[in-house]
Amino acid sequence: MAIWLPRLAIDRWRQVENAEDTGADAHPTVLITETARGIRIEALNHAALEAGARPGMMLADARALCPSLRAVPGDPEGDAAFLARLALWAQRWGPWSAVDAPDGLLVDVTGATHLFGGETRLLADAQALFAQRGLETRLAIATTCGAAWALAHYGPERAIFHHDAMTSVLADLPVAALRLGNDVLVVLRRLGLKRIGQLWGVSRDALQRRFRERSVTANPLLRLDQLLGRLPEPLLPVIERQMPLVQRGLLEPICHRELLDRVIADLASDMERELESGGQGARRLELGMWRVDGEVVVRRLETTAPTRDPAHICRLFADRLDDVDAGFGIELVQLRAPWTEPLSLAQGDIEVEAEAQGTTLAQCIDRLTVRLGEKAVRRPVPFASHTPERAQRWQPPLEPEEISQGLLAFHDRPLKLLDKPEKIAVLYASPDGYPRQFRWRDRLHEVVRVEGPERIAPEWWREKRGTRLRDYYRIEDGEGRRYWIYRQGIIGDGRGGMPDWFLQGLCP
Amino acid sequence: MRLPALSIGEAGLPVARWRPGLGGVRHAEIFAPGREACGAALALSLALDGMRGEGNKPRDVLWVQDRVSMRLGGRPYRPGLPKPLQSRLIHVLAETCEDALFALEEGVRCRDLCCVIGELAGNPRALDFTASRRLSLAAEKHGVPLYLVRLDAERDLSSARMRWEVCSAPSPRPRWNADAPGMPTWRAELFRARGYPPGTWILHDDGTRLAAAAPDHGDLAAAAGNRSLAAG
Repeated sequence: MAIWLPRLAIDRWRQVENAEDTGADAHPTVLITETARGIRIEALNHAALEAGARPGMMLADARALCPSLRAVPGDPEGDAAFLARLALWAQRWGPWSAVDAPDGLLVDVTGATHLFGGETRLLADAQALFAQRGLETRLAIATTCGAAWALAHYGPERAIFHHDAMTSVLADLPVAALRLGNDVLVVLRRLGLKRIGQLWGVSRDALQRRFRERSVTANPLLRLDQLLGRLPEPLLPVIERQMPLVQRGLLEPICHRELLDRVIADLASDMERELESGGQGARRLELGMWRVDGEVVVRRLETTAPTRDPAHICRLFADRLDDVDAGFGIELVQLRAPWTEPLSLAQGDIEVEAEAQGTTLAQCIDRLTVRLGEKAVRRPVPFASHTPERAQRWQPPLEPEEISQGLLAFHDRPLKLLDKPEKIAVLYASPDGYPRQFRWRDRLHEVVRVEGPERIAPEWWREKRGTRLRDYYRIEDGEGRRYWIYRQGIIGDGRGGMPDWFLQGLCP
Repeated sequence: MRLPALSIGEAGLPVARWRPGLGGVRHAEIFAPGREACGAALALSLALDGMRGEGNKPRDVLWVQDRVSMRLGGRPYRPGLPKPLQSRLIHVLAETCEDALFALEEGVRCRDLCCVIGELAGNPRALDFTASRRLSLAAEKHGVPLYLVRLDAERDLSSARMRWEVCSAPSPRPRWNADAPGMPTWRAELFRARGYPPGTWILHDDGTRLAAAAPDHGDLAAAAGNRSLAAG
């Protein structure tokens, strides 16, 4: 479905200024933009149109026709942002929408029209809703994106065309409906080719010889092929599989959490049926809530393993809905699964014990990540490095571990490693080089047993020059506390002054 | 006439003293100083000790830390973990104590975990008797043992089935390098337990099993002898 908002800029100005209520709309008004050649009219309201102004005119010329013309600077960035929000909102008619700059939207309604009672009613519904928001629209549904665009801009009102009937209607449209650049249109006009049907009359070879550009906006032949679906249209990727999508329109907008929870429970069980029929399980779920005032609240979540268990889905979403602002109420709730993976039907647990024995690991990890965030739940994996803090990396818990070379455990390693080695003040060092007494976190430690040094040289292929080597010692103090400390550098290595001591690990 | 290794429980039956290898406890609390790793180490040792009897397939271990305890004692370091657990650790870093308690509860409810280890610093308000009772019940219902390490904490109310106070102890001298630190050794006091009389032990973990010895100080040995639970 292509949606063209021919008067987007002025409609938006009217909303922002609240012009209909204040009476400003009755006054001839133009939205202007500054160009290199002077101030040009971007958009204008009906009063200005009647006064003789036209879009694209210089402001000075228009003023000559209508001296009382009011000029307001346009806001193209604001329009673009508004259009992006509209595109999100337009997903109520289909799972996939795109912005067609500067003033259009494209919605993929493949397989979604039955939710609205057919294509005709879908278009009527869409136009009515846009009109409610004060936006003038022209809509069309066609089998290709190019054809829908052409019909929305140049075809009959609310056109719906299927592939077989399309050619005759499209033949009557002007060549501008092909979305070509201005210079190409000028060339075509000079060649006397004004209608799309005339282009079909010309042989392919002739067109190919004349237009050699690769870019689609400069090559009518490519555009013609896109129009009939012979070439893939890069603007919208082809969706091979339909995204599982369920939604509930609500007669009475809901503002309360309990009602929303019930709707989500219904949707989750609908989604289970939808997914089950395809043997799929959802990895990513999106819950869209359309508010009465035109805002959309979207909550996304991902699961670690494909799932379609309604209770699990409800529980995961329940944690995410605490901060939803319902505004004046939510009128439409939609649940979709953009990412699914095969999940075959499993036989229910026969053992009653297993039922009572709680969640599986994947469910447990899902619950943890939804509440605590993805970064909080991780698994340590080894990494090829000599430096102790680098020898361990973190990855999501259920991802398979990469194959790594086994480590030769010549030396004991501490059970816990501080995130940042803490500097210790060595009060007295023995002639062998290790400290006899040191102070760490305001407490004095008397070293009685030492093993070391274990020298770990800096990794020259990773670290910058001048990094000092480390001499590690495993020590035990008078009370039996065991630590892992190191001296950074040695005296006279030419990489700094007196070496510092650090405590990096706590041994069991 | 009472046997020295037994004492009389509340029901009037003789109660055996705790010893390694008994297992069966679902919720244990270990009070430890924050500047040592002995709390987590003893938790891991007890967990491994409890698992040795079961010949099940290896399952994962969940280790939950709150932010404060991680700042105090650092993160678990894979090369230093006991060998059987190195590839089976899942670490959860919770910002607050509430999040950590949530993670602990979700952990003990999961049938695919072999045990849950928690580390919480201090005496947070969220960890009251109700919260600890919740954890006990969940752990007992689902059979997943929970070892909760309390760093720098006071002995507050708790429903844990075993409550330990642990600190490091001088290790025995290794055979080949008498000047090096030896195998992990802790001085552990069991000050409250359901089913066992309190006592103090010197515990060693030589990597294959947990061994207990009586503390070498004569006065403590007498005190740890055979008091009944009611007297403790």
